[in-house]
Parts: sequence; structure tokens; C-alpha cells
Amino acid sequence: MTILTTRKRKRTPATWLRGGGLWNLVFVAPMLVVFGVFSWSPIVQSFVMSFQKTNLITAHWVGLDNFVNVLSDPLLGTALINTLYFAVLALLFGFPLPILLAVLMSEVKRGKGVYSALAYLPVVIPPVIAVLLWKFFYDASPTGVFNTIISWAGIPPQPWIQNAMSAMPSLVLEATWAGAGGSIIIYLAALLSVPPELYDAAEVDGASIWRKIWHVTLPQLRGVIFIMLILQVIATSQVFLEPFLFTAGGPANATITVLLLIYRYAFQNSLGGNYGEATALSVMLALFLAALSFVYFKLTERWSNN
Amino acid sequence: MKSRSKALVAGMATFGIIASLAACTSGGGATGKVELRVATFPPGADAAAYEAFAVQEAQFEKLNPDIDIVGMEYLWTGPTFAVQLAGGTLPDVFTVPFTDTKTLLENGQLMDVTKEVSDLGYADKFNPIILDGVKDGDGNIYGFPRQAYAMGLHYNRELFEAAGLDPDSPPTTWDEVRADAKAIADATGKAGFMTMTTGNTGGWQLTAQTVAHGGRTVIDNADGTFTAQLDNPGTTAAVDFLKAARWEDNSMGSNFLLDWTGINQEFAAGNIGMYTSGSDVYTALVRDFSLDPDVYGLTVVPTDGEDPGTLGGGDVAVMSPAIDDATKAAGVKWIDWYYMQKLLNKDAAITDAEALVASDQAVGTPVLPVLDKATYDQQQEWLAPYVNVPRDQMQGFFDGIFDQKPVAESKGKTQQVYALLDTVIQTVLTDQNADVDALLKKANTDAQALLDSK
Repeated sequence: MTILTTRKRKRTPATWLRGGGLWNLVFVAPMLVVFGVFSWSPIVQSFVMSFQKTNLITAHWVGLDNFVNVLSDPLLGTALINTLYFAVLALLFGFPLPILLAVLMSEVKRGKGVYSALAYLPVVIPPVIAVLLWKFFYDASPTGVFNTIISWAGIPPQPWIQNAMSAMPSLVLEATWAGAGGSIIIYLAALLSVPPELYDAAEVDGASIWRKIWHVTLPQLRGVIFIMLILQVIATSQVFLEPFLFTAGGPANATITVLLLIYRYAFQNSLGGNYGEATALSVMLALFLAALSFVYFKLTERWSNN
Repeated sequence: MKSRSKALVAGMATFGIIASLAACTSGGGATGKVELRVATFPPGADAAAYEAFAVQEAQFEKLNPDIDIVGMEYLWTGPTFAVQLAGGTLPDVFTVPFTDTKTLLENGQLMDVTKEVSDLGYADKFNPIILDGVKDGDGNIYGFPRQAYAMGLHYNRELFEAAGLDPDSPPTTWDEVRADAKAIADATGKAGFMTMTTGNTGGWQLTAQTVAHGGRTVIDNADGTFTAQLDNPGTTAAVDFLKAARWEDNSMGSNFLLDWTGINQEFAAGNIGMYTSGSDVYTALVRDFSLDPDVYGLTVVPTDGEDPGTLGGGDVAVMSPAIDDATKAAGVKWIDWYYMQKLLNKDAAITDAEALVASDQAVGTPVLPVLDKATYDQQQEWLAPYVNVPRDQMQGFFDGIFDQKPVAESKGKTQQVYALLDTVIQTVLTDQNADVDALLKKANTDAQALLDSK
């Protein structure tokens, strides 16, 4: 009888070296250096700064003061509500639209490439240029581009971004236009992985196109949809570019978002003297999004695995 | 062999990254000269401005062969300043607005130049009110005030003519401003009058308009505390004016989200009939925003109320606190030569004006004295033959400005209070039912809370 024993091999620097450890390190080093210097180090530094009052040259510890100041700022509530409003609007209009368009485009037999290219075109335009273009379109005078178009239908000129009520939906409209192309391409790729025999089976059973979408396509896309949803929630929670460039948070703080408030703390109101509060709010936002992502993945784990 | 070549590639990549990171931190000249990085112009300045600067740079280096001047594009903005300072990319010599010097001083972000100003011998020539803006509590001086301005009413002569108005008779009362604005809007479809509204500039201009109506937004109690009075009659009158022009006359156009750059662009493009801003903006309008000088007009901001004045401002030549003694000494020489001597010395004033004129840069833009009035008048005399800006189109300003009482900007949380006023203006211009009194009352409560906080 032979007794098989698995003896744990002792790891020494020599075995590490013989096992190619040094080469592994050499290969990983560029990534470590780049991420360390440009990504991880700033993250750690901002966490430290959230407990300091600093002008980037000198700093002293202030405990939780920055967090207390941020939480007692009346603008924080406005920024949170606005960010939530943007996220909900973007979710309502911006999330289903790419799925719908991708499904419709996948049904197109000829010229699919042209439609894909057209859908992706807004993504190719640099975001700042896109916003400046839309700012031009949103000209609130009767001769503005959109106002001219709607005047053909007898609709009077709209204020678009020049009014507290319509500013945020206008921002969402542009953001949806700008972001839909990327999502469509991802959904189109995911649709290719749906086994055609499922559609054949559904067709044999006499399913209509909508029943095929509901019972075959969407369940098959579930995993991608879940990932896209959490990515969109994270992206919309960090919305900055649109309110910054379109309205600077106005009119009357109607489009100030959490990230724009962070920017104002850091840069606008105090000549850069308020980095502590800016990083404190950044840390809170990061923790919130991390917690949200964790809960989301836990909740959807079972469905995604299925 | 294969693994060796892989290792070589990886090793080279690592070396390359480390070398480029190291390169980020290296610097310094090998010429033995003191390298002095000085602010030149904002991004977008035309090539001729740089040609004029090159001439001046050569003149200075001839006089100071041990100093190597390196011009750097520079625009003062709060967002980039602290980061540039910490990152070491700020010029050694640059300018900052009067409003922000106190905050920068409290943050330890300016170099102490008390001894240097004193050694140069013209400390007592400065207008004491202006010099006070660059002093700390102990009387130490942190910069050289080099240019001051008053608030002016800038107008587009072409739009005045298009509306049947006489561009040589600009409005002298707020009622006339409103009537002319309506005439321009009705005749041309452009904004007859507009004001800045975003990035704290709305608050800045509302404060200026408040002062013109005889009000003050923040009172300095001279004991380190401040009292907010944003709901004073002057501010109320200023906001009521905007509300009437916007909603009764529809004479403010359709874009109500403009900062300093935005309003200058719109004005230079001929989309705005009138707006208030610093009297020295002509140089930027022509140099950076391509305004046609022929359409430009400038007059004083109309005043009314009990104690009206004109909100003043300007900028200060300062140095980074991070530079060494040799660079500091070179910086003082540059500031004295480039900014100050042309205010004090006939030859320097003429040399400077000749260089500017040769490159078609503005000479004679309306500014106010930072030194005493006699020195200012003398300098204006020296410059007279070289003036190339249309001063006859600015006659209203020259005729009236010295009769207006200069009022300095408040030093109490200036930018934060301006931000609160931005919101007031934006609300009034975008919401027809805005309650002016309630808005100002709330802004006042918020401002006092800010002023009371540390």
C-alpha cells in the first residue's frame, strides 16, 4: 500500500527566481508603475486629503471637519436631487433606447454596417465638441436650430437650457444621443451570441416578433443588460461634463450635480483652498457607488448566473 | 532566446517609463544665467502680441545679461492657480486680481516683497487704498499693484446706429440704458443689454451695479468681521432693472448663462448692445476676441441713489512663494522694468509704447492710476503721441470717471458671496415669477452664514 502524501513545497527566493518570478515582475512593472503613479497614488492622496485642510503646499489635519462641512452645505441636497433626477431621466430614456435600437438593427437584413456606423458616429465626436454643438442647437432664440425645427410644427420657441425646468431634460437628451452608440454596439455584439435555434424554435411555436424579443432576446441579453445598467448608474452619478459645459450648474443651480459641486469646492469658490471638502465629498461618493455596486451584484448574482 | 527577447522588451519598457517619469521632474538651465519664467498673455492672444513681447524681452536681457526671460502663456483662473503652484508649472512672475490677493495671501501663496518694494523707492507713491490690498495684517507687502480699472458701460456703436440711436450720446441714466436696450432689441433682434451670470462673474457685476445704485453688498466692520446686506435698496434696484429689461422689454436676448469670456465673445460678435465690465477690457476684446475697434464705445456706468460710486479693481504683479532668492531678485527686476517703470519713467514709458505700437497692440486703454494722480497724469502725457485706441469713442468714460467715487470690492469671502448672487441673477432672468425680495433675503442669510464661518 502506498500512502500518497502531498508535501507542501517550501517557497524560497531561489524557487521564486527559478519559477520565473523575476521575469513576471519585470513584465508587470510597467503596469505597476503607471497605475501606481497615475491612478492609485492620487486615490490614496485624495483619501488622506479628505481629512486635511490644504492648499497643496501646506496641510494640517482637521479630523472629520470636511465631512461635517459638506454634509451641512445646503447645496449638497440640491446637487443630490439633481444628480438623481439626471440618473432617473437617463435611465428612463437612455437605457432602453439602445436595447431597442440594437434589437431593431439586428433584424435589419441589409446595410447593417451603415446603421451601426451611423449609431456609433456620436461616440466618435469628442464630448466637448458635441456639447458645444448642442449648445448651438439649443439656442433659445426663435432662430435657434431646434426652435426653427419645432416651429415647422407650430410649436413656439423653447428656452431649452435657459430655464430651470427644461435644462436637465435637455442635458439628458444630449447625453443619451452621445452615449447610445457605444451601448448599441455592445448589445449588437451580445445579440450575435444568441443561438439562432432558439428563434427557430419560437417561430415553430408561432411566436410573434415581440414575444421572441421578450422571451428569447431579452433573457439572453440579461447578463449584458445588468452590467450596462450598473455602469450607467455609476456614470450618471458622476455626470459632470454636460452641466459644466452647458449651464455651469445653472440656471439657479437647477443642474448642479454632485461632481460639479466637488469641482466648485475645489476650484471655483475659494481659489483652490477647499480641496479637503472636495475630496471628502469624492470619498463619500466613491463609497456610496462601491456599496451600490456590491448590493446590486449580490441582488442580481442569481439571475446573471442563470 | 525567446524569453530573453521578451525580457529585453519588458526591461526596455520599464526603463522607458521610469526614464520618462524622471524626466518630468528634471529641469533647470545650463547657461549659468538665472532663468525667469514670466507670464505673457492669455491663450488665444494674437501673434503680434508675442512679437511685441519678444522685443521687450530682448531689451530687458540686454540690460540684464545674467537673466534669461522665458515667456509663458498665462491666464489667471482660480481652478488652475493652486494646482499650477503646487505642480511647479506656474510662472515665477504673474499677475492676480486685487479681489483674490487677500485670499492668496492668507493661504501663503504669495512671496513677501516688502523689502524689495521699499528698496526700489516708490512705496510711498502707490495709491494707499490700492497698496492696502496687498498687505497682510502686519503691513508686509506681497505684490506690486500695476494696473487698476473702474467699471464701465461698454456699448456697440453699430447696434446703436442700427437702432437709430446716436453712438456719440450714450445713455447717462439707468432709464436711458433700459430705453436704448429696448430700442436695440426691437430694431435688431439682438440683446440690447446683458450682464454676466455664471462662474461668480454675475455676482461681481451685480455688486458693481449695486454700487452704481448707491448700495453696498457687504460691510467691512474693520474688526475682522463682515455684515452682509445683499437685500439693500441698491441691489434691489439693480435686480429690478434686470427683471424689467428681461420680462417687460424682452431686451436681454436669449442666452442667460454667460461668464466673462462668454459675454466678451458675444459682444465682440455683435450680439450684445451694452454690458458692464472693467474699463480695461478693450485690450482683451481686440487682442483675444477679435473685436472691430470701430464698433466699440465706452462710457461710465450711470449712477443714482444716495452714495453711488464705481466698483474698482485691477491686478497685482506677484511672485510664486516657491522660488529661490536668485530667481526672486531677477523677478523683482523684471516687475520693476516691465510693469512699474513705464508708469514712472518717461524713457521706459516711451520704449514700452513704441514696442506695442510697432506690433499694433493697444496703447491708451482706459485704466486708473495705481500710483498718485500726478504721476498718472504725467504718464498719460508721455503716452499721448502713441495712443492707438479710439479714445474719442471712449469720451463718455474719460469725461465722467474722475467724478465717480471709487469703491473697492469687499474682502469678505468675495467669491463665495458672488456665487450666491449668480443664483439670484440667473433666477430672475429665467423665471418670470421670481420674487426679487425673497431671493435677496435668502441670499443675504446665506452670505451672513458664510461670512460668520471660519
